[in-house]
Formats: sequence, C-alpha cells, structure tokens
Amino acid sequence: MSKMITKMVAFGLAAAAFSVFAAPASAQATLEAVRKRGKVLCGVSPTAPGFSYADDKGVRQGFDSDICRALSSAIFGAPDKVDFVPLNTNVRFQGLQSGEVDLLSRQTTMTFSRDTSLGLDFAPVVFYDGQGLMVASKLGVKSAAELSQSAVCILPGTTTLQNLEDYFKPRNIKYEAVVFENPDEWRNAFFSGRCDVITTDRSDLASVRAIANDPKQYVILPETISKEPLAPVVRQNDSNWRDIVSWTVNALIAAEEYGITKGNVDEQLKSKDPEIQRMLGVNGDLGKMLNLDNKWAYNAIKQLGNYGELFERHLGEKTPLGLSRGPNQLWNKGGLIYSPPFR
Amino acid sequence: MATSDSSPVRLLYDVRVRAVLYQVVAVALVVGIGFYLFGTVSRKLADQNIATGFDYLSRPAGFVISQSFISYDSGNTYGRAILVGLLNTVWVSVFAVALSSVLGLVVGIARLSRNPLLSTLALLYVEALRNVPLLLYLFLWYALIVAVFPPVREAWQILPDVFLSNGGLIVPSLRWSSAHTGVLVAAVLGIVLACFIASAFRRKRVATGQGRMAWPYVLLALVIPPLLAMLVFQPDMVVNWPEKGRFRITGGLQVTPEFTALLVGLGLSASAGIAEIVRAGILSVGRGQWEAARAVGLHDRQTMRLVVLPQALRVIIPPLTSSYLSTFKNSSLAIAIGYPDLVMVSNTTMNQTGQAIEGIAIFMLVYLGMSITISMLMNWYNARVALVER
Repeated sequence: MSKMITKMVAFGLAAAAFSVFAAPASAQATLEAVRKRGKVLCGVSPTAPGFSYADDKGVRQGFDSDICRALSSAIFGAPDKVDFVPLNTNVRFQGLQSGEVDLLSRQTTMTFSRDTSLGLDFAPVVFYDGQGLMVASKLGVKSAAELSQSAVCILPGTTTLQNLEDYFKPRNIKYEAVVFENPDEWRNAFFSGRCDVITTDRSDLASVRAIANDPKQYVILPETISKEPLAPVVRQNDSNWRDIVSWTVNALIAAEEYGITKGNVDEQLKSKDPEIQRMLGVNGDLGKMLNLDNKWAYNAIKQLGNYGELFERHLGEKTPLGLSRGPNQLWNKGGLIYSPPFR
Repeated sequence: MATSDSSPVRLLYDVRVRAVLYQVVAVALVVGIGFYLFGTVSRKLADQNIATGFDYLSRPAGFVISQSFISYDSGNTYGRAILVGLLNTVWVSVFAVALSSVLGLVVGIARLSRNPLLSTLALLYVEALRNVPLLLYLFLWYALIVAVFPPVREAWQILPDVFLSNGGLIVPSLRWSSAHTGVLVAAVLGIVLACFIASAFRRKRVATGQGRMAWPYVLLALVIPPLLAMLVFQPDMVVNWPEKGRFRITGGLQVTPEFTALLVGLGLSASAGIAEIVRAGILSVGRGQWEAARAVGLHDRQTMRLVVLPQALRVIIPPLTSSYLSTFKNSSLAIAIGYPDLVMVSNTTMNQTGQAIEGIAIFMLVYLGMSITISMLMNWYNARVALVER
C-alpha cells in the first residue's frame, strides 16, 4: 500500500509541475514579478555577432543585449539587473509564453500571424532588416533574377524559407533548398560549394562573410527579398509592461533625435526644451504614468547611450559587422527610425 | 462463515477483489491526470490567446522541400508537407536497415573468423563505430562528402552522363509517369507470385519426395505480369538526361549528399550493433551442432548457412528488432545535416504556425505508430522462426 501512496504522490507532483507550465498573464503582473525578483529575464539569441553573444569573459554583449540593459536601467536605475536567457529560434515564443522570460530581445521579425495567433505583442521596431542573398563572386551573378536552378543553403525555424519561396515562385525561379539546423553546417555547406547561394537576414550575411577565409570572394546581391522588422516581444494582456518596453525603446530613439548622449545627458537636464524636460523627468510625471521612477529615461540613456550610440557600438561601420545605418537612420535623416512625441 | 463472507470489510481483503480494485484505481488515476493536464493546457493556451487545434494542417505551407516522392510544391498544405517528410524518413530508414543488416551479418561472421587479420579488422570496425555518438559520425560523413567531392561546376563525369560532385550523384533516369508506376506494381506482384510458386513446389517436393523443376514457372511469373502491364499501360520510354546548367546539373535522378551521409551514418553505426547481435546468436548455437553437421559431411559454409544461422536467428531476431527501431528513430538526426525528414518539416511547420504542441504531438504519434508497426512485423517473423514446442 505504501508503494501505491508513493506513486500517487509522485503523480500529484508531476501534475502540479505541469500546471505551472503556463504563467498567468494578468494586467501589470509582469512589472510586479520583475520588481519582486529584482531582475529582468531577457530572452536573447544564443550567438549572433553584433546582436547578442557572450564575450571572452562570458559577459553578454551586443545590440539586443543592451536593449535589455536599458530596460533594467529604466526599472531599477542600474543596467546589471538582467538575467540573459539564450533561446534559439525554435523555442523562443514558448519561452516567452510560458513565463520563462519577461521579454524577447532577440532579432525577432514582427509579422501578422505572430502578433495575432501566438498571444504576443510587439514593441517598436529596433532594427529594420531584410533577407538578402550571398553568392561567390566568381559566379559573376549580378542579380537574384539569375539564380534559376541554383541550390540555396537555409536555416530553418525562421521566416527565411517562406520568404525565399514568396520571392522566387512568382518569378518562376526553380531552386533546391538545403535546410540546416546547425549554423556551422549551414555556413560550411556554402563555403564548400554544396550550395551556390546562402540566404538569411542581411545583418547576418555580413557576419557570415566576416567569418569567411577571404571575405572578398563573396558578394551580397542587391535585392532585399523581404521585410524583416526586428522588434522586442512581450506577452499579450499586460499593457503596462508593453508600454514600459515600448517607451524605453522610444526614449533611446528620441534621445538620438534631440542630441542627448551618454556623455551629455547630465547637461541636458538643464535643457530649456519642454519635451526633453518631460522625457528626462525634470518636469511632469511621465515615469509615474508607467509605474516607474521619473528618472527612468535618464537612467537608460545615462547607462547605455542613445539609439545611435548603441548601433555604432555593436553594428556600425567601425565594428566587424560594418553595417551602415541605411533604413536604420533617423526619420529626419532619411531613415525609418522614429519615436512618437513625449507628452 | 457464510454471513461474514458477504461483509464489505471481508470483501476488501479478498485477493481477487483487491487486484481488480487496484487496477481500477490505477486506470482512473492515469485517465484523470491525463484529462487534467489536457484541460489545463488548453485553458492556459486559450487564456493567452494562443491558437490551438489542427486547422493549420489544411493551410498552404508556403515552403519548398528538396526531396519528395509525391508531387509537392509550396502551394500544398502543411498536412501534405508533413506526409512528404514522413515518406523521406521511411525511405532513408528502409535503406539504412537493409544496409545495416547486410553489413552486420558479414562483420558479425568475420568477427568469429579463425583468420586473425579478419577478426581483428572486424573488431576494430565494431568498436570504432559503436563507441562514438551517431551525430558526430553524421557530421563526419557529411563533411567528408562535401569536402572530398568537387563542387558541382567541376563535377567528375565517372561514366557518360553520370556525374559525381558534392551536389550529389546524378544518373540518367526515365521520365516517370503513372504508367511506369503501373508496370512497377505489376513487376512487384510478379515477384510475389514467383515466390509463392517456388515455395509451393518446394512443399510438394518435401512432402512427396518428387516434383517437377520449378524454374520455368517462376521465370514465367516474373516476366509475364510486367510485360502485360507494358502492353496495357504503354509507358513512354523517354530518358531524362542530366544537363549542365549555370549552377547545377538538372534532370536525371539525383542522390543528394545529405541522403548519402545519413544513409551511411545510420547504416554503418547500426551495422556495428547488429554484428554483435549476430555474433552472440552464432555463439549461442551449441558446439555439438557444428560437430554433428561436420559429421554428416557438410563443409563450413554449408554448416553456417543450413545449420547454425537458422538456429541463431531465434536469438538474433528480438534484439534485431530493437536495433531496427533505433535506426528508424535515429533518422530524426537528419535535421543536423539538412535531410528533409519528418522532424525537419515539422520544425519548419511549428515555426511558421507557432503551434508547437500540436506539431510535436503529430510527430510523436507518427513515430509511435511506425515503431509499433515495425515491432509487429518483427514479432510476426519471430513467431515464424521460433522453436515450435509441442
């Protein structure tokens, strides 16, 4: 009989463990949970040069990681109250849905079906990417239209496979798709000539080319075959948390627009511009409206710098990725990066 | 006594009543927990506005699959895409099982050879393959294939119109149509018929001690059905020649390096296990059997084929079943080297639809169903070769 009871207890425990599987998502629950824990749990890419990777000391670096740090600064006044949780493309949404992380800041493309059917909400776009194609320069290919009957190396678990088909099918381009789970195999298959073409987001192609023995042997074709607006993701039904993430991103963008930098943010506190005063918490109660300290935006900028500084530090032309701002330039300089007003 | 027997307390101490009671409680518990889990998961998913259900299977998939035995393009449904993946899994598994059986038998016998060079080589083969994880071997074979063979544009032409490169092996093929399928089916039926005829003749010969030669009838059974089918269906014999294009060689039958690496990886690794199973089986046959066979004048090869192997089979079949099952399940490692099997297609599907629970449920059910089918087939065969005890 005692064996029976042990079994029943074991079953009960297993059932209890399972019922924790989905965290409740009531209004404002996330901020409370974060405060109680004293940490933001941030889902990031395991290894994505420029966006999120562990440096030689094991510290997470990169553009996406710094967005998490900015959020930590806005909530706690310090950038280090973050636990990074590396999530690969296949489990990222489940990780967020189940409450394993508070947000994803990991190169996630905002799409209609993800927004509507996964119980998720997207914050503002932090990086406008697009899928590109790279070929060996000796093939003399000038345009994606010439790629009929080629073999293409692809990573699964993203929108890339569907984008490629959406682009090639109406143009009647037949191709062989070779799909790899493992990025190393994927790159090697391309470098060894198993595939003629390698495709992923342009920002990623830049890092693939940077790894090649001789980067000059490869050329990224001019076509951008898809729109990949990368944005942080939060759970649906917690409007306050979504506001906090969204407006932290907006604050970094607005800071660049108004010339507020990591270095001069203290001087800017004396600015006569009423919008800057509101944003930095000199005047008004914007922080309180988010249930945060009034210094939230000041803290984020003070610790991490503005959007442009983040970009140049991790992705810009002086980094190994060497990306130009392109569409990620501010709206008033010909780009798409735009923050709604702070009032 | 009669009165106390019917009292409920006494009833509870009855061994048979207790046995039934325990089973009822156990089943109720399992079913109850199942319901509870299912209910909790669906409620939580609904709370979080996460789509559920299998409706997505009938939506267009929108992605291509590089190898398919049934017609498939990106306009087909997710359901069909998953079926394509399943067929690819079965295809590579069947070849891997065949390869591993043949190699395993040969190496297993070689392991017992009296020739020290041969038995040591067999030992090395077994230990090298058995003691390294399959995934590493898959990476190794794939890397070797891709590195050793030249890129497609410099493909080796090993025979006229046969090309070998790291894009795969390409041979001329027939332009396939349903008429060809008809002839193929007829040919398979012919083979089955021939087997039946041969065994009927053998039975008669064993029963009566005399019988006519079977081979003319067998030959007729092999030849007539496909010939008839040729006349009925009239398939076009158009050869699909490989043609060099700007990037790839198109046309012909293409065996991709992903398939080859997976087949070699699965086949070799499983063959090492099977070799040990075969060796154990042979050793389980008593020494007396060898001596008796020699005494009636059979030479070594005959002894092995006619006396030892049939008896060893009884020991071999049950562990062989597990080996086949793991080969089938291990084929899911295909995803590491880019072969479009069930898991890879399901993964893509899950990622595009976000419905992971349903996706995983489907492929678990499919693997379960296929594994049970394999076990049933092997058990049936086992029952046939097992000792009939009277």
